[in-house]
Amino acid sequence: MQWNSLATQLFGPYHGMRAVGDFLQGDVMFDGEPLTVIGTTNHAPIGFALALTQARVVLDTVAQHPGRPILLLIDTQGQQLRRRDELLGINRAMAHLGAAIDLARRRGHRVIGLVYDQALSGGFITSGLIADACYALPEAEIRVMRIPAMARVTKLPEDKLTALSQSNPVFAPGVQNYVAMGGVRALWQGDLQAALRDALARTPTEDLRARDGAERGGRRLAAAVVQRVLDAA
Amino acid sequence: MISYAECSARERLALLLDAGSFHEWLPPAERITSPHLAQLGVPSAFDDGVAIGRAALDGREVFVAAQEGAFMGGGVGEVHGAKLVGLMRRALRDRPAAVLLLAESGGVRLHEANAGLIAVSEVMRALLDVRAAGIPVVVLIGGANGCFGGMGIVARCADHVVMSDVGRLAMSGPEVIEASHGVEEFDSRDRALIWRTTGGKHRWLTGDCDALVEDDVAAFREAAMAAIGKAKPSTLAALEQEHALLVQRLHALPAHDAEGDDATLLWRALGIADAQQVPELAVAALQAMRAN
Repeated sequence: MQWNSLATQLFGPYHGMRAVGDFLQGDVMFDGEPLTVIGTTNHAPIGFALALTQARVVLDTVAQHPGRPILLLIDTQGQQLRRRDELLGINRAMAHLGAAIDLARRRGHRVIGLVYDQALSGGFITSGLIADACYALPEAEIRVMRIPAMARVTKLPEDKLTALSQSNPVFAPGVQNYVAMGGVRALWQGDLQAALRDALARTPTEDLRARDGAERGGRRLAAAVVQRVLDAA
Repeated sequence: MISYAECSARERLALLLDAGSFHEWLPPAERITSPHLAQLGVPSAFDDGVAIGRAALDGREVFVAAQEGAFMGGGVGEVHGAKLVGLMRRALRDRPAAVLLLAESGGVRLHEANAGLIAVSEVMRALLDVRAAGIPVVVLIGGANGCFGGMGIVARCADHVVMSDVGRLAMSGPEVIEASHGVEEFDSRDRALIWRTTGGKHRWLTGDCDALVEDDVAAFREAAMAAIGKAKPSTLAALEQEHALLVQRLHALPAHDAEGDDATLLWRALGIADAQQVPELAVAALQAMRAN
């Protein structure tokens, strides 16, 4: 979905959100309450600078608007694959963005992620995956890599991976698989305003993804292994 | 002097911690392996590539994890990631003096990439919980596989990062960047360029690591001991300071078409005299260039 159409569905035609290059920002009103929206569009690669731009808005929200909820709108092709970004320390910039979102959560801001187009790898780790919880539109795409690329990298036959991915969500891209693994809490379908309202009211603040993955059968071991470590003699 | 880079994860644990003090949780005898690798017919490891447990360091209780680079490049899969999360949650409950993470990882394990991606983000959140509780998390980087991908982000979420000059810390590896944008962007066979871009000396000069040590297990041990008790609370003020530093760095790096090597230009802009000499300098000389 186009970000503008999404913003209109969520916040009405006078939403006031704007795009500066690939960066989205808005101070919007939702149910009469202010909400900070931060996002990216055009499948933006998240580089050093774009990570900092997003972190700036998170920190400003924490400093100037204590408790104001933050909605992260996600559309990224992943981290910027450039030597300059590596030289600058893209991992540090992304960790900084993640730490800023984490600080906001700890200080009582609800932070909700929404994958409205695509979310890949490194671009996703320090946005939707570090929020209180992440949601997705049904037509969105989430992956680390497609099956042909995975076949090349792992040197496994593509048809074998395709066959296995029918029953094991760990192997294949797709929002439904991320829901099954607990990485996405739920899909937003139909009335998007109702979905956001519900997310703001009910999203847990603790990390329940491993538990969800076990209950939904998509990631059966993570929660049990964590518990075994806690119980180990 | 014993090379940290050449040790296995378990050798590092044996040599870095107080002798005989490492008590492992979920040891290989329990055979907790990756079900996904088994489905793919790929050999698995009885510890899924990471050893976790408690130990003593200089007489103080620490919780520790060591990733094994020889198994799938230290890649994080579902079980591997859950062991790290479990260790962090346990630290939150039992409050050791510190958590040490002997990181050696290419990031998400691509054989089970979707689960690995979620797992890395769970590690991040759990680590930040530990840090917020005032328990310092110390990451040690000196393995041959470096610390890349999601683990490169995790490392920078910690209180304290120790690197050797042969250690590498980054996000995407040179091969990935070359495959994406061509050999002119990043020549993955140019060793000197790789080290100038991701190596311990560069990360030390920019402050991306807090201590630079020789490739010596004893040096890592000393640096880890010094880091215990040095919790760095992640406050708004601290994050504002971090933000200012990173913005300054972005502006300090000259434009893309500037003459000369990017790394050398950046070091010069950061106030390093004789920046072009840096790759030739010994660790001791570099240590002296940055006051702690």
